[in-house]
Amino acid sequence: MITKRIIPCLDVRDGRVVKGVNFLDVNDVSSPITLAKYYSENGADELVFYDITASFEGRQLFTNILTEVASQIFIPLTVGGGINTVDDFDRVLKCGADKVSVNSGAIRDPGLIPAAAKKYGDQCVVLSVDVRRVDGKFTVFAKGGRENTGIDALEWIRQGVENGAGEIVLNSIDTDGVKEGFDLEMLAAVCDIVDVPVIASGGAGCIEDFTRLFTQVPKVDAGLAASIFHFGEVSIHDLKEKLLGDGINVRL
Amino acid sequence: MIAIIDYGVGNLFSLKSSFAYIGEEAIVTGDRKKIAECDRIILPGVGAFGDAANKLRAAELDQVVIQESKKGKPLLGICLGMQLLFDKGLEYGEHAGLGLIPGAVVPMRGVVPAEYKVPHIGWNALYFPEDKPRSALYKNVREGDHVYFVHSYYADRCDPWVSAVTEYGTKITASAENGNVFGTQFHPEKSGAVGLKILKAFCEV
Repeated sequence: MITKRIIPCLDVRDGRVVKGVNFLDVNDVSSPITLAKYYSENGADELVFYDITASFEGRQLFTNILTEVASQIFIPLTVGGGINTVDDFDRVLKCGADKVSVNSGAIRDPGLIPAAAKKYGDQCVVLSVDVRRVDGKFTVFAKGGRENTGIDALEWIRQGVENGAGEIVLNSIDTDGVKEGFDLEMLAAVCDIVDVPVIASGGAGCIEDFTRLFTQVPKVDAGLAASIFHFGEVSIHDLKEKLLGDGINVRL
Repeated sequence: MIAIIDYGVGNLFSLKSSFAYIGEEAIVTGDRKKIAECDRIILPGVGAFGDAANKLRAAELDQVVIQESKKGKPLLGICLGMQLLFDKGLEYGEHAGLGLIPGAVVPMRGVVPAEYKVPHIGWNALYFPEDKPRSALYKNVREGDHVYFVHSYYADRCDPWVSAVTEYGTKITASAENGNVFGTQFHPEKSGAVGLKILKAFCEV
């Protein structure tokens, strides 16, 4: 059986991992290469890199780093941040990315997902969505969660998959940063309407949050988190041992 | 030297990097002469069967792959590259493959139970057929080890040549081989340490 995936996410700005980490056994705590290697050797099933750089120089630095990561780490790599055109897909795929994640770019240009899916295949296109409840309705937010687009999230996701998105990263703004668990209600609603893999993001605070995620929303394929891994609160290996003990199939 | 065949299909960066990482020299090339000079061949590929088969033929690389493999040169097809090794593919019509391994490539939809998502994307376990000796590719790999899959079609009607299967609601061909011709449906270059061991084993065939 296919395993549930555990995916650490690294935010990169000007060539360094933002927020850093505090593992005892990693010296250069903000080097994307060191960290990527550490995670890949310690059970990560996939890595996500978000380029949160604004400048041209920063973007150059990011692609250089991506190339270096991809030449040393042999698990799937997803890249997001600043993906607005098919040329942006091309730029990161050439550096060794396997999948490209689009968010605000797809809102600005509804033609981006179909064009990229046609050129690189559905499996390459990840639709990342930041969602918050507004008057009880799941609503899409843009620009890193700062701007209410007024778009109905379930309709947006359904349409994205129809247009060729091969995977969904669902980031709940309501649970993000709170560390009280994933947004199970929102995830279940999305899993009900799409048949592509859904990755849960936002809210992981402890190992049990992942157990609850995979047992209560069994259609979810993967859990993504950043700070709980970076700060060593949860080691991926311990997490997977626990999940396996709870009858959830993971790769050890 | 290993020739990674470049016929305009897919991203060859990771494949080339993975050979460099395990200390094996590899070149990415679409040059028939260079391919013939190498002692091992990798046939990669992503996308649709018919489109890839046409591109391979248009670049006149199908014949060099067939000729060199007939001479006994180890050949490894990966993902769609593996599927092209079979007689035919039934993706958007019927298309001829290279005919190096008997069998046909068919859609997973309709074969796997309806609640299983297609494409089959993610890490899944390898199981080896009990009635055959272990493939040379798996000499340093254990049964149950996980490898990374991304595909919607799979090789069928090829039981005598299957060297590993994976479980996805039903048994799916994970790899097949016919003498010196090997194919993996999964991506060894994306399968972490296990994948690198498989690539290394191919270099030692």
